[in-house]
Amino acid sequence: MRTIEVLGSGCANCRRLEANAREAVATAGVEAEVIHVTDPREIVSRGVMSTPGLVIDGEVVSAGRIPSAGDIALWLTERS
Amino acid sequence: MTTLALRRPTLPLPVVAGAAVLAWVVAWFVEAPAADWLTFTVIGLQPGTHLGEAVAFFLEDLPKVLLLLLGIVTVVTLIRGFFPPERIRPVLAGRGLVPGSFAAAGLGIVTPFCSCSAVPLFIGFVEAGVPLGVTFAFLISSPMVNEVALVMLWGLFGPGIAIAYMAAGLTVAIVGGLVIGRLHMERYVEDYVWELQGKAVRPIEIRLTWADRLNDAWAYTSTLVRKIFPYLLAGIGLGALIHGYVPTDLVVAIGGKSNLLAVPLVVLLAVPMYSNAAGTIPIVQALLGKGLPLGTTLSFMMAVTAISLPEFVILRRVIKPPLLAVFAGVVTTGILIIGFMFNFLIG
Repeated sequence: MRTIEVLGSGCANCRRLEANAREAVATAGVEAEVIHVTDPREIVSRGVMSTPGLVIDGEVVSAGRIPSAGDIALWLTERS
Repeated sequence: MTTLALRRPTLPLPVVAGAAVLAWVVAWFVEAPAADWLTFTVIGLQPGTHLGEAVAFFLEDLPKVLLLLLGIVTVVTLIRGFFPPERIRPVLAGRGLVPGSFAAAGLGIVTPFCSCSAVPLFIGFVEAGVPLGVTFAFLISSPMVNEVALVMLWGLFGPGIAIAYMAAGLTVAIVGGLVIGRLHMERYVEDYVWELQGKAVRPIEIRLTWADRLNDAWAYTSTLVRKIFPYLLAGIGLGALIHGYVPTDLVVAIGGKSNLLAVPLVVLLAVPMYSNAAGTIPIVQALLGKGLPLGTTLSFMMAVTAISLPEFVILRRVIKPPLLAVFAGVVTTGILIIGFMFNFLIG
């Protein structure tokens, strides 16, 4: 089971990123859990200050931008 | 194989970028004569009439503002991508209040800011040892002296007003940071923020390709333009009505220098207009043309971008009410002083 974490306060951009992440999971055909992390302390402790951030299996892969579902799917398959 | 299938086929990047730039330049030079031709030849309105002037203003301004937004926001977002807060934090940490406030205000111009990131940004700065005043200098400058407002002002009014706006915004940010720093209000920061101090995690750094950067910039711009389009339309419509119908005497009588209440009044008017800087600029353009003094105009613009109730609500999660009140007070006072000063000094 893989984990994808979306770091963000629940703003519009963070929701868009979460939607992209879910789409990517479906496209890549992997089993993954998508979690939305909203606690700012938790976000900062990952080294992220510009939200939304994206974490795949514990590794921060993007911050302050909204990667496309295609990009996320690519990261998911590259890392398996 | 799956890896390849997931990549979208696209035209070579230089081709797309080159074609976009060319189309933009052609449109920029064609739009004003086209608007006049449409108004006075095709529709057949008379130049100099109320309706004719209003329609010409609308038809000329809408494509102009849209072009400015599309072109400039894309370029600026591209540049800002190189200055994420994760990268500027080490520059500000461990600096004294005075040099730090100057640096923070300056860096605020190029750093992207979204009020939804204000809380992690605040915590990240404080835990890395950026002084409180310096953090606030950044929080004031970043949304107010943003390049979108600057370039819109430059494109519509020329460099003088854009530079005046930048100088005024930087001054408010630096002085605001110094005042908050000197007041030693550290105890009004929520306690949990201090518990994290000294435990700063090294900020992450992610390498991006030019294709990523260009795609991001375009995605951001098109989303922004779509979001603000209704406000833009309303703003330009209102601007057109003012341009065509409102007599100069009326604007001067209400908004002129002799009315000392004009500056506080426009600041108050600006509070609910948060994040609609692009939509308010056409209104400002029309009012300035009708004799609204420069100081009053600058105060209005600055208040639209810097005084934001949603941002105050968000910041309440990291700072206690007294500090929040000082922050709002310092920014508002700064904007009022700038307005009065420009009105007094110019003309």
